[in-house]
Amino acid sequence: MEGIGIDIYDKLMILSDSAKYDVACTSSGVDRRGKQGSIGSAAKAGICHSFAADGRCISLLKVLMTNICIYDCKYCINRTSNDTKRTAFTPSELAELTVNFYRRNYIEGLFLSSGVIKSPNYTMEQMIKALTLLREVYHFNGYIHVKTIPGADSELVTRLGLLADRMSVNIELPSQESLKLLAPNKTKDSILRPMGFISHKIQENSSDLVKFRHASKFVPAGQSTQLIVGATPDTDQKILTLSEGLYQKYRLKRVFYSAYIPVAEHTLLPSVDTKPPLLREHRLYQADWLLRFYGFKANELLDEQTPNFNLQVDPKCNWAINHLEQFPIEINKAPYEMLLRVPGIGVTSAMRILTARKSSLIDFAGLKKMGVVLKRAQFFITCKGKVMNQLKIPSDITLKTLMSDQHKLLTGFAEQLSLFPDPPMTREDVSQCLTEQR
Amino acid sequence: MFDRAEIVYEYDGSFEGLMCCVFESFALKEIPSAIRTPSDQQSLFDTAKWIETDIIKSDRVYKSIAAKISVQAQELVTLGFWTNSPQKELLIYYFLRLGYKHGSKVMSMLTDDTVSTLQKAVHHLTSESHKFKGFVRFSVYDKVMVAVIEPKNFVLPLIADHFCDRFRNESFMIYDKTHKMALVYQGQEAKLIDIDELTLPEVDKSEVEYRRLWKQFYQTIAIEERYNPKCRMTLMPKRYWGQLTELGKDEELYNVSEKQQNLSKQAIRSFEP
Repeated sequence: MEGIGIDIYDKLMILSDSAKYDVACTSSGVDRRGKQGSIGSAAKAGICHSFAADGRCISLLKVLMTNICIYDCKYCINRTSNDTKRTAFTPSELAELTVNFYRRNYIEGLFLSSGVIKSPNYTMEQMIKALTLLREVYHFNGYIHVKTIPGADSELVTRLGLLADRMSVNIELPSQESLKLLAPNKTKDSILRPMGFISHKIQENSSDLVKFRHASKFVPAGQSTQLIVGATPDTDQKILTLSEGLYQKYRLKRVFYSAYIPVAEHTLLPSVDTKPPLLREHRLYQADWLLRFYGFKANELLDEQTPNFNLQVDPKCNWAINHLEQFPIEINKAPYEMLLRVPGIGVTSAMRILTARKSSLIDFAGLKKMGVVLKRAQFFITCKGKVMNQLKIPSDITLKTLMSDQHKLLTGFAEQLSLFPDPPMTREDVSQCLTEQR
Repeated sequence: MFDRAEIVYEYDGSFEGLMCCVFESFALKEIPSAIRTPSDQQSLFDTAKWIETDIIKSDRVYKSIAAKISVQAQELVTLGFWTNSPQKELLIYYFLRLGYKHGSKVMSMLTDDTVSTLQKAVHHLTSESHKFKGFVRFSVYDKVMVAVIEPKNFVLPLIADHFCDRFRNESFMIYDKTHKMALVYQGQEAKLIDIDELTLPEVDKSEVEYRRLWKQFYQTIAIEERYNPKCRMTLMPKRYWGQLTELGKDEELYNVSEKQQNLSKQAIRSFEP
């Protein structure tokens, strides 16, 4: 195999460098206590161990088994036509590195992916070898996220899934047409088939677990995927509707969005000096949050007339401004679902309001003490039937201006983006955000 | 019915001691205007009343919290004592007065100043302890692992179970430099002990190698086109950096004790107003 003789520093550098464009760094979704004779445990909310200079959470040792690849996906840094240094970890190098990082509490576990070496099946066998070594010889009980290789036999997917906590198949491109153009070796079917298979196995396994207490767990933390944003002309509506379908049909735990960073010069791709569309990615994450925690449907947020998000206004504010007839709502009476739809009120604030309502009527001063941010919410609520003191109700147009993230557009939003989307976040949100990495 | 003169209680700094202050106040029907420990700064004019710690009294108060208020209130008070909130004693005391008056309802009185201040302080404690589950960095010395942390709140009791469970076959120590306490886990048994000063020996070659590898991984994994130091600072404020292997200087990877001394000096300087 290529790469022998390169020392472990070089291998780690090459194989983490080529893995970094995968945005998921989640260590969440499963609670598992430690075991006698083993090292490690897993925490459902996930744990971030550090944050890189780009502000992204580092939770797992994110590396490729190898960056050798027989495929030639145009958007990918590891495509076969790219002239780059190639190498591979041996299963024992990888296990040794993981356990030693884990003991020092650098990481929550391993995120293993791979270029396709020789064939999908051969690649999967290498990954299974490494994970078996980790689990059975090193008795590693920490978190493992593994990416399955499209095109591998389902028997191999099953074996890999019994060793991992989370599995993912990256869709990357949100439509069949885009796939055909940019990833000629992949088809919609070759991606969706393993996804469907994993989803089916998870459900089958959960009923096994009820029947047999000691049945081994198949990807207990569920599956996730990644979509690249901005490499193709696909609209936000197309992307969000796809995500909604994935959450519903395939019961995915997370869909990650990755602003396309040009890694190749190609006529079919945006030019290499294109800036990654970070604000658009941010809006998609906000909308994704609205689908999962705020009870919104994709078609409430976007439609044929407006297929893309307004970059100035976050998706929830945008919805509220277009539905002013439903406001203002009374803080002391509104149901939870409606509180969640107020710009500026998130899951934590809504829960606190419900709690505080049990003991007394809430006024604006009370809201502030509870930590509810009124900057946006003030325009959409009343307390004890009154609007906030001295509040001038602005016209619809001014309202829109007041709600927009002007600063983000004026001062180069890339610097301004924080990991916290505009809807205030719950502790659950925050911990998910920290670990699931927005 | 209450004495109007300024009353100051002084206690031994233990949770049980604080419970005895509560006992005293209710027994004598007096409201202290301050509750402090002998090490707290004293004003020139007050004379403090020493409250002796008595396990029987403290136990009575502690049990009464669950009985007369709620189990949640009992937990909030326990956690409140580990926060770094200024005058946490008085805050807990006022919270208990409210609780005895209103019963379990006190937990939903989020618009009350005392309740919201205590809740915020506890939230600060729990979120800091969650961060430290990730930010603790062990150095491996042969069979023993040692980490040093400098938290604002007293987080060791909150992270103890996590680390003892995860590394149940290891022997380790997490030293809290701020509170001069250490969590020591050895032979399946965990203890919290007082340690005034900790000097660590030099680390061996393989420890240095893994620190270098980790630091290199940390640097490689960031995407240049997404460089966002402000976001990193929000999620991982600078006060944590002193003990993070990946953010130390290269030469500091070799000797941990020297690194800690230098960095804590730096940290103190950068946090002075």
